[in-house]
This record gives sequence, C-alpha cells and structure tokens, in this order.
Amino acid sequence: MLTETLGSVLIANRGEIARRIIRTVKRLGLRAIAVHSEADADLPFVREADEAVLIGPANPAQSYLDVAKVLEAARATGARAIHPGYGFLAENAAFARAVIDAGMVWIGPAPEAIDKMGDKINARNLMEAAGVPVAAGTREPVTDLSLALKAAENIGYPVMVKTAGGGGGIGMSVAHDDDGLQKAYEQAARAAARFSGDALDGPAVLLERYIERARHVEVQILGLPGGRVVALGERDCSVQRRHQKVVEESPSPGISPELRERMLAAAVRVGEAVGYLGAGTVECLVDADKQDFVFLEMNTRLQVEHPVTELVTGLDLVELQLRVAAGESPEVRAEPSGHAIEFRVYAEDPKRFFPGPGTITAWDEPSGDGVRVDSGYVAGNTVTPFYDPLMAKLCVYGSDRAEALELGRKAVAEFTVEGPKNNLPFCAELLENAEFTTGDYDTGLVARMRARTA
Amino acid sequence: MAEVRAEMVANVWKVVVKEGDTVSDGDTLVILESMKMEIPVLAEDDGVVAQLKVAEGDVIQEGDLIAVIE
Repeated sequence: MLTETLGSVLIANRGEIARRIIRTVKRLGLRAIAVHSEADADLPFVREADEAVLIGPANPAQSYLDVAKVLEAARATGARAIHPGYGFLAENAAFARAVIDAGMVWIGPAPEAIDKMGDKINARNLMEAAGVPVAAGTREPVTDLSLALKAAENIGYPVMVKTAGGGGGIGMSVAHDDDGLQKAYEQAARAAARFSGDALDGPAVLLERYIERARHVEVQILGLPGGRVVALGERDCSVQRRHQKVVEESPSPGISPELRERMLAAAVRVGEAVGYLGAGTVECLVDADKQDFVFLEMNTRLQVEHPVTELVTGLDLVELQLRVAAGESPEVRAEPSGHAIEFRVYAEDPKRFFPGPGTITAWDEPSGDGVRVDSGYVAGNTVTPFYDPLMAKLCVYGSDRAEALELGRKAVAEFTVEGPKNNLPFCAELLENAEFTTGDYDTGLVARMRARTA
Repeated sequence: MAEVRAEMVANVWKVVVKEGDTVSDGDTLVILESMKMEIPVLAEDDGVVAQLKVAEGDVIQEGDLIAVIE
C-alpha cells in the first residue's frame, strides 16, 4: 500500500511540475508537501499542497538547490519520500544519496544510474559499449580550449559543443570553425560553472559531430523492480529555439515503423545497461533522410514533456514513478493510440524569444475534450526573472495528427495571457507553417521561420 | 550621447566595462541574466562610458538606465 510505504511526499520543485506532481500525490491518498522560495509564495503549487515550507530567498542556490534546506524541510514535516521533479536537484546524485541516507524514499533511479548518465561523456562511452549507436565525438572531458581545437580537427566541423554535466540546452552551441569554437567553448565552460550544482572539478566540455538536418526524438522508458525495462513510445522534440524544446508530439511524424522499433529496443538496452528504475528518457538524434539514429543523452528523471506520452498511453507517469519507488511492480502495457502535441507557453517575446517576465493581469486557459493544460500560474501571480520561463504546457490530443493540429489551433487561440510577454503568437504561427503541418520538419525549423520574418 | 536601457527585468550578472573606458559599436557593456538566459548588452556607438548605473547582483527593471556612452 502506497499510503503505508510513502505516506507523505515532499516535492522539491516549483511551478507547473510541482503542481502536477501534487495532483497525483493527493489523488493517491498521500500527503503532498511543497517547498518554496520567497519569490514563489503566491503560486498555486504552494496553496494546493497539504503543507508548504518556505526554504529561502529567490536565488535558487539558496532555496531550491540547497540540499540541506530541502532535507531539513522534509524532516520537519515528516516526509517519507522526495520527488525532485525535473531540473534543480533532479539529476544530482549526491542529493539522491542524501535522501536515501536520511531514511527517505528517493523517487528516481539509483544514484549510481544518475552518476553514470549525468556525465554525458561517460554515458556516450557506456552506450557505445552496449551496442547503441553514438555520434562521432570526444571520449575524454575537454578541459581547455587547445584540447577543444584539437578534438574539432579530428571530428570535423561543424561540431556541437556542450557541457558534460549540464542539461536543458544551456551552454550548448554549434561551431563552424576555430573562431566559433572559441566562443562556443567559453560559453559552455561558463555555463558549466554556473548552472550545474556540482561543478567542482572545473568545467568539462564535450564535442560531437553536428548533424545539420536532424530530428530530436526521445524514448520514454520505465524500469521496473527486478530489472525489466519497458519502452512507452517516443516523443518528437524537434521544434526548438536555442536548443531548447518548444513543442513536442507523439508519435513522431518523421520516423518509420521500422526505425521506431529499433529506437525503442535500443532505449530498453540503455535502461538495462544501467539497471534503471523508474521513469527516464533516452534522447536520440535522427537523420530523417537516412532513417538512422544516434544516442544523445539520457535524462534520469521525469521529463517536462511527459504529458504527451500520458495522453497517447493513458498512463500517469508520476503514479508509476511513485509505485516503482515504493517497490511495487505495476502492470504496464503501452499501446499508444491517437496523437498528442504539447506547446510550451513561455514568458518570452514571440519573435526573438527573449525573456519577458512580469505580473499576470489576465490568465484564461482553454479547456474541453482533448485539451490538457499543466500551468504554474494564475492571474495576479508574477513571473519573476529568477527561474526558467515556462508558464504552462498546453497539450492537445486527437484521434490523429490532423485532429490534434486543429485542436491545437483552437486551444492556442482560446488561451489568454496578459502581462508577461508570451510565445502563444509563435505557437499560432507554427500551426500554420507548412513544414510543421506536414510533419516534415527538423531542429532547424524555428531558425528558418525567424530568418524569413526578420 | 547614447543612453543604454534595459529591455527586460533581469539580474546584472557581469559588468564588463567601467566608467571612463573607451568602447566601440558592438562591445559588450554588461551581461544580464533573466530566466536562465544570458543577455549581453552591447554598445550601439563608439565612445566613452560616461556613466555606469548598475553593479553586479542588481535587479533591474525594463527601461532602467544601464549606461551612458558619450
């Protein structure tokens, strides 16, 4: 019984994902405990939790990233389990260990699995050994510019430069020549030092061959107690700006049934190679013309875009995470049907995608059959500059892609946000874009849309 | 004389120049941070930094004066 093993669950996160986890925690009869910063005191997730603890000022380093404060809140409220959401401490193995050492249930994979996958260089090497294809790239951490230049010479330009420990597209950029590489390297090294909680050994950077017309397709996996790993279908996340996802859909309109089968089988091998437990995502790059793929990285946590998978499978991934963490072995049969699309509603201008925080003066979400909105805010709240710009996820589900697109157009038009800048006009524009509507798009789509309108 | 103002609410992450520095069109004056994004603020003219109104760690509002280039 979940109520006996878990009892109460502390959610070490904020905004829409905290609110979404709280919803499932409460539905299962468990107590939901929120932690929050001073800047977030008025947000719905704080109000909707059974109990909420103020853990520090707006600066995430002194609140959501402060392991000691989160653990202290857990002890003070009698939490028996901690769900980290995504971002912040979700892929911090030291935090996972501290939770377990404190006698609580960690709702995530074993810290060893986080370690293995958290270092992207190590993950690449491990996957190659497990027979999963990887892109040409560096096998050792690149710790200074001269090493980066040498590596780029071997791989051949253009190269993708990223931080070995980072995530979410931060610090990632493409270099086409030595000058570009210097800028890209410095940017990645800076990001490594600032955004990863554990950049103790100096910045480690990774270079990989850049595929010009690639799709970003990822597979949702679930590791069950006893070592079985199941694949719950894929998500296409090729609509990106600054290497960060804006729109995701399932199934991917750009892969053949044969390729899908190979990718799902490879994702299961990835999970099995690290003894993965719970929900995880295996990210791949797909060469749409060649119908081939390479392993990109694994995210050892719940993904922002998990609702897309929930809509086509009918599963509640947070519930499955909780059950697996409690030692249960739920019966999972994934036979995806229909088509789901998620639009990330960001507080940013729809042309250049620059941040546009501010106070929300009007907020009216669409609703109805086939529409799901996971939001972190209501009217009157302020979107502050301290955290990422995601305000809400607007998801639509139809019997096929055409129906989902039509629902998307209607729902985007019905969504009212006033106050902060927002990218709903971009979503509307995307839904009329021929590349997107035909499904024949790649990760360069948003840049091409903006090159035309600039 | 050119005033450089903030385009959005942001934290001042890094101040690159100081008062009295000579700058060229396109030089980075300060780097702002908002919503986990770095936003460099550039000089739009050649000149000298006559005034610098922000310090690292400041939170600035849209429209706030960052610097004056003469």
